[in-house]
Amino acid sequence: MTQSVVVQVGQCGNQIGCCFWDLALREHAAVNQKGIYDEAISSFFRNVDTRVVGDGGSISKGKICSLKARAVLIDMEEGVVNEILQGPLRDVFDSKQLITDISGSGNNWAVGHKVFGSLYQEQILEKLRKSAEHCDCLQCFFIIHSMGGGTGSGLGTFLLKLLEDEFPEVYRFVTSVYPSGEDDVITSPYNSILAMKELNEHADCVLPIDNQSLFDIISKIDLMVNSGKLGTTIKPKSLVTSSAGAVKKQHQKPFDAMNNIVANLLLNLTSSARFEGSLNMDLNEISMNLVPFPQLHYLVSSLTPLYTLADVNIPTRRLDQMFSDAFSKDHQLIRADPKHSLYLACALMVRGNVQVSDLRRNIERLKPSLQFVSWNQEGWKTSLCSVPPVGHSHSLLALANNTCVKPTFMELKERFMRLYKKKAHLHHYLQIEGMEESSFMEAVSSLSGLIEEYNQLDATKSMPVEDFPRLSIAV
Amino acid sequence: MSIVTVQLGQCGNQIGFEVFDALYTDSHCPQGLCSKRENEAYQASCKERFFSEEENGVPVARAVLVDMEPKVTNQTLSKAAQSGRWKYGQHSCFCQKQGSGNNWAYGYSVHGPRHEESIMNLIQKEVEKCDSLSGFFIIMSMAGGTGSGLGAFVTQNLQDQYSNSLKMNQIIWPYGTGEVIVQNYNSILTLSHLYRSSDALLVHENDALHKICAKLMNIKQISFSDINQVLAHQLGSVFQPAYSVEGSCHYRRNPLGDLMENLVPHPEFKMLGIRNIPQMSENSLAYSTFTWAGLLKHLRQMLISNSKMEEGIDWQVRPPLSGLPTLGKASLNRGLHFNMSIANLVILRGKDVHSADLGKQKLRAYIHQYTKFGIEEEDFLDSFTLLEQVVASYCNL
Repeated sequence: MTQSVVVQVGQCGNQIGCCFWDLALREHAAVNQKGIYDEAISSFFRNVDTRVVGDGGSISKGKICSLKARAVLIDMEEGVVNEILQGPLRDVFDSKQLITDISGSGNNWAVGHKVFGSLYQEQILEKLRKSAEHCDCLQCFFIIHSMGGGTGSGLGTFLLKLLEDEFPEVYRFVTSVYPSGEDDVITSPYNSILAMKELNEHADCVLPIDNQSLFDIISKIDLMVNSGKLGTTIKPKSLVTSSAGAVKKQHQKPFDAMNNIVANLLLNLTSSARFEGSLNMDLNEISMNLVPFPQLHYLVSSLTPLYTLADVNIPTRRLDQMFSDAFSKDHQLIRADPKHSLYLACALMVRGNVQVSDLRRNIERLKPSLQFVSWNQEGWKTSLCSVPPVGHSHSLLALANNTCVKPTFMELKERFMRLYKKKAHLHHYLQIEGMEESSFMEAVSSLSGLIEEYNQLDATKSMPVEDFPRLSIAV
Repeated sequence: MSIVTVQLGQCGNQIGFEVFDALYTDSHCPQGLCSKRENEAYQASCKERFFSEEENGVPVARAVLVDMEPKVTNQTLSKAAQSGRWKYGQHSCFCQKQGSGNNWAYGYSVHGPRHEESIMNLIQKEVEKCDSLSGFFIIMSMAGGTGSGLGAFVTQNLQDQYSNSLKMNQIIWPYGTGEVIVQNYNSILTLSHLYRSSDALLVHENDALHKICAKLMNIKQISFSDINQVLAHQLGSVFQPAYSVEGSCHYRRNPLGDLMENLVPHPEFKMLGIRNIPQMSENSLAYSTFTWAGLLKHLRQMLISNSKMEEGIDWQVRPPLSGLPTLGKASLNRGLHFNMSIANLVILRGKDVHSADLGKQKLRAYIHQYTKFGIEEEDFLDSFTLLEQVVASYCNL
């Protein structure tokens, strides 16, 4: 069994990370009734004897003593991290796992990347190495950050290069929150484009998310909860946004519901690697199957069901509804419509009481309405995990490598160009040592290259399937 | 003579468990139709083939479990131990922490050489426990990374180390509509390597087994363990002892040798398939009336028409190896036949797989994942060529 380390950077990253650890504890508490530290828990948590001072406290087997998250928390201002450390999750984090500064990055990618990057490089490396040493077999780094700000965007992507050099064999999965249309940070297009270049080059796999989609999902759930349709009551624990039963009992803050969705995404992604099932899928298989070309590693994700009705036994129809929903544009975690774009590959990760026949039936049913690229017509990767998430009897996470991410990138580029043409706010960046106008141009051309690749694939959409001649050999 | 089973990867281990379970249950079934002496001789023969004896009387399966991550092997070992009737050897399991990531190259080029010694040692220990070794039965899938890549490597090693023993590989052909995206690559590489080092390839398709479960056995929600049980049932009917010339109570001693002798006359034609009837759930047995002649006729029809099930038949021929009804659920009949129909399967599927693969390969999709571990494009080309040759030979028949 392998371990993963979560690196949460910036305000957004740390807030999502906090929700993630909360829900992870909840999930393991529900599954692990006996309180024995087993391999599933060890993928994200260490078992530590807190009475021992220093590093010798790790316990590898036996009863759970005190769980410490395998995490590194980084923020260039103290507010968020301090709040976490004073909250109910303070015991889950080791004070040695934090890196903070006071002034913040001022929503400036260059400050995050160049200034703080060089300032904290050694410290960051040290903490990462420490957390890697605590792992028996480290498989993956999960980086959580936002693209629009300064720390998450700048320092977060600086990290990627460090990780690639220091731990070349370990996968880097990045959960990036992209700025929505009505973002309140004016320089977010600059920050995002500069960060994209790093993601293009140094990440193994990126899961783009945007706030607007998360918000829409929440509105839908609220509508359902409040509509009070006759005979429908929703199990509170089952909301994909809820933290019922989790450690944090205080009044939920506004972004909590949205962050919980992302936290659930990460939990479901790793469920088949942590828990048993009849068709397991490990994290290295995600990259292997869903990334046909190294550049195209952006995966659109969707989680269903969003909630479970309390009084209904699940007939097959509802199960099928879950599959259909996964492909609808309302359930995607980013503004995208996969059904009307071209699929390069698709993964379905099912949890709970679902069998292979249900999976096959639904794939057969949905295939005709989806367009797959001509050379990967059968591009499905499936996995079945027996352990359902808390509050549900089954759930589905769909990851799609689909050209529907293109519009997001194109919009971003447009917003960037609007600012850049006027050279607005540029001086904040250029006054940082190491930043020049060429950095901007390089970033834009990297993004343009990516968009072009998606365009080329889209162009093949309407072409007939090429019939490749078989190799002819002398008999 | 004994058979040593090597179970590789998630698929191999899950199936292996069901096979041993089926073999054990079958040989200890109380509903026998023959005399007591018969039963005992049968049991003894079956036991010797697949199980070895341990101190407290619980039979230990002659198997080596290999996987690159611990979840499945742990599950398999504990399921067997919990059943109380038979179990796996405590030390017959080899696993690592990080899987092969559905990457044939990783399984073959990285895990293979790295763990060659440990795995071969385990197999050696199992072999030493046998009085006389009939051969190896290797269970693996073609779509994944460990089963396919490491399986190919292990088979090659067995070829080198135990060149006098026979090897039969049980390979699982994945669902047509994808379980793993790179399954075509993995399958092509596996088939081509196995063709060079294995003696016989017994193919089972997930699609066909799925259909059998759905149509004939009427299972509503088919799970992988249902599919594996059907497979185990079929394999059981092949491997259970069959009478030898000396008459009743004397069983043929060399199962793999017999099979190979009759079914693989030419090394070019190694692919085998199984037709098994009747296939039905235990509940319907009470309502069925079968006669031996009726079953045989039905089987002949199935063979001729190249179908895998009793329903929906279509046309093609070869005489099956006859065995005897095994004790157990009902009289099972199995035609293990040298296979024009598998040839057809190879051709048809080969066509899909090849065109899908050539398409992908032309665009070099996913190739970077394989070249990372040392499998270059020439290797792919070699594999394609070999398989085209195989397909051509079958077509020429």
